[in-house]
Amino acid sequence: MHMADALLAPTVAAAMYVASGTAAGVSIHKLRKEDAPQKLPVMAVSAALVFAGQMINYTIPGTGSSGHMCGGMLLSALLGPQAGFLSMIVILTIQCLFFADGGLMALGANIWNMAFYGCFVGYYLLWRPILRSRLFKGLGVKGAQRSRIILASVAGCVLTLQLGAFSVVLETSLSGITDLPLGAFCALMQPIHLAIGLIEGLITAAVLLFVYESRPELLSGLSPAEDSLPAKRSLKATVAILAVLVLMVGGGLSLLASSNPDGLEWALFGNADAGYSENMGLDEENFGVSSAAAEKAGAVQEVTSFLPDYAFQGSDSAAGTSVSGIVGSAMVAGAAVLICLAGGFFRRRKANSHKH
Amino acid sequence: MNKMQKALRELAEMDELAAQNSIIHRLCPTAKLLATVLYIAVVLSFGKYQLSGLAVLLLWPVLLFQLSGIPVHICFYKLRIVLPLVLAVGLFNPFFDRAILLRLGPLAVSGGFISMLTLMLKGLLCLMASFLLMATTNFDSLCASLRKLHIPGMLVTLLLLTYRYVGVMTEELAVMTEAYSLRAPGQKGLQVSAWGSFLGQLLLRSMDRAQELYASMLLRGYHEHFHYAPMKPFGPGDVVYLALSALFFLVLRFVPAAQLLGNLLLR
Repeated sequence: MHMADALLAPTVAAAMYVASGTAAGVSIHKLRKEDAPQKLPVMAVSAALVFAGQMINYTIPGTGSSGHMCGGMLLSALLGPQAGFLSMIVILTIQCLFFADGGLMALGANIWNMAFYGCFVGYYLLWRPILRSRLFKGLGVKGAQRSRIILASVAGCVLTLQLGAFSVVLETSLSGITDLPLGAFCALMQPIHLAIGLIEGLITAAVLLFVYESRPELLSGLSPAEDSLPAKRSLKATVAILAVLVLMVGGGLSLLASSNPDGLEWALFGNADAGYSENMGLDEENFGVSSAAAEKAGAVQEVTSFLPDYAFQGSDSAAGTSVSGIVGSAMVAGAAVLICLAGGFFRRRKANSHKH
Repeated sequence: MNKMQKALRELAEMDELAAQNSIIHRLCPTAKLLATVLYIAVVLSFGKYQLSGLAVLLLWPVLLFQLSGIPVHICFYKLRIVLPLVLAVGLFNPFFDRAILLRLGPLAVSGGFISMLTLMLKGLLCLMASFLLMATTNFDSLCASLRKLHIPGMLVTLLLLTYRYVGVMTEELAVMTEAYSLRAPGQKGLQVSAWGSFLGQLLLRSMDRAQELYASMLLRGYHEHFHYAPMKPFGPGDVVYLALSALFFLVLRFVPAAQLLGNLLLR
């Protein structure tokens, strides 16, 4: 799900940087207030662990394929959402800088798609409410908590991956990169990520269960004392059930999308004539992108990608200039080759002069 | 060699490249970072049919590769990550956008085909630019310049610490994976019974390690501040480099140089 630079327009990339930067700023502010300097090395070591852990191949029983782990839910369950978010930022930055996994400009978008949803949405909407709820009361204290961890991890991973995949679709479409209709793009992305999310959720649950068995105090968001829960917690249980329902509807929606892409597009965005900026406006309410930036992104995107569209199509002069463009590009390629030859020549001469 | 060993090798390779010495290596990291970001922004700002305008921008990374003496093939190796995703998105364009933009004799080129090529070229250019930045800049000094650019200290310190521990953790997991695969011959990946305990064991150990790490940081006088690598001053050479790069990008953004060159030749 790491987006490359090429998939984004600069305005969208900048807007996503602003959004992710704001979330990071709030997190840093909150962590500073906590004043726990010993947390920094824990965050660093956990981040490094998740970075390496993402490379483990988990065999999926019954199939020949393998799955991987998503870091966001695991890190926020271990460190809390703010520290988890910062750790995810660092992981994504290192992946981008050293492994070209996700681009430098797309980093803001990648942080939003993979870290923000996993750490904040997953934690506050699912992980904590489910863990503090009274779900599975009949299974005994430990059994109930184990079941809650599994439910929260799976539901969290599925939901955050769905949101992330949907954001990838929105950001790419908004950048005017692909001619693929939004609905069809969704139909490609959402079902795949439903399956991935399910597997990632199970892997995350397995790791967290192990931690719960051996060192439960490491898990964040666990209710302080199992038996002294006040009765009003049942409200949270309701929230948890609601969340699961939302999840199932979401899953159903993505299945629906695969069979009827136009229907989804129509349902989500009214009609095709409404511009992308309106779509972004709708998105902004849900995801918290500042609306001025969103509008600007929409406007600039129209200028950068729609205008050439109209100017080029079918006009003969455009074809004429394009031929000269090709010839010019060939000359540029020639110049590049010349630069390479010159560089090689000078390096050889330098090497020779060192020998003498 | 398993995935983690490959990742370790890739990390070490980048470190070695960054430790070389050339005109580009000696520049201040801040100047290189700013030029790279500007370059990528200019590349991305091109419209989806402006292939020839984009092509001229290839000259900047080519020149830098030559000036710094960094081998290009390592960069192309990293393309394996960038290209599939870009292709997955771009490959549909020729099917949806069939308006003919250009006729080359009998060959009609559709808009979708051009926009796909533009997308691929953008992917290549952006990759080259960020690869060049990392291959010519020591990570410690890059972090120091991030701090100069007012990125919060907590984030930069975390970045440095994590980078330090990425090597350690990856190595540890590489050994564990190797050991596991030797005891489970013929099996692909981790069996379901070990899903939790494999990473969990290491996680518990790592938490203890983090406590020790903090203790050792305190013993060495850590107090909310981190000492970064000595900062290279932003000298006149850096100003010239940044100004020339910016001028080059902006001129090429607004002047269709490839077409002008072509017209000159065709006339």
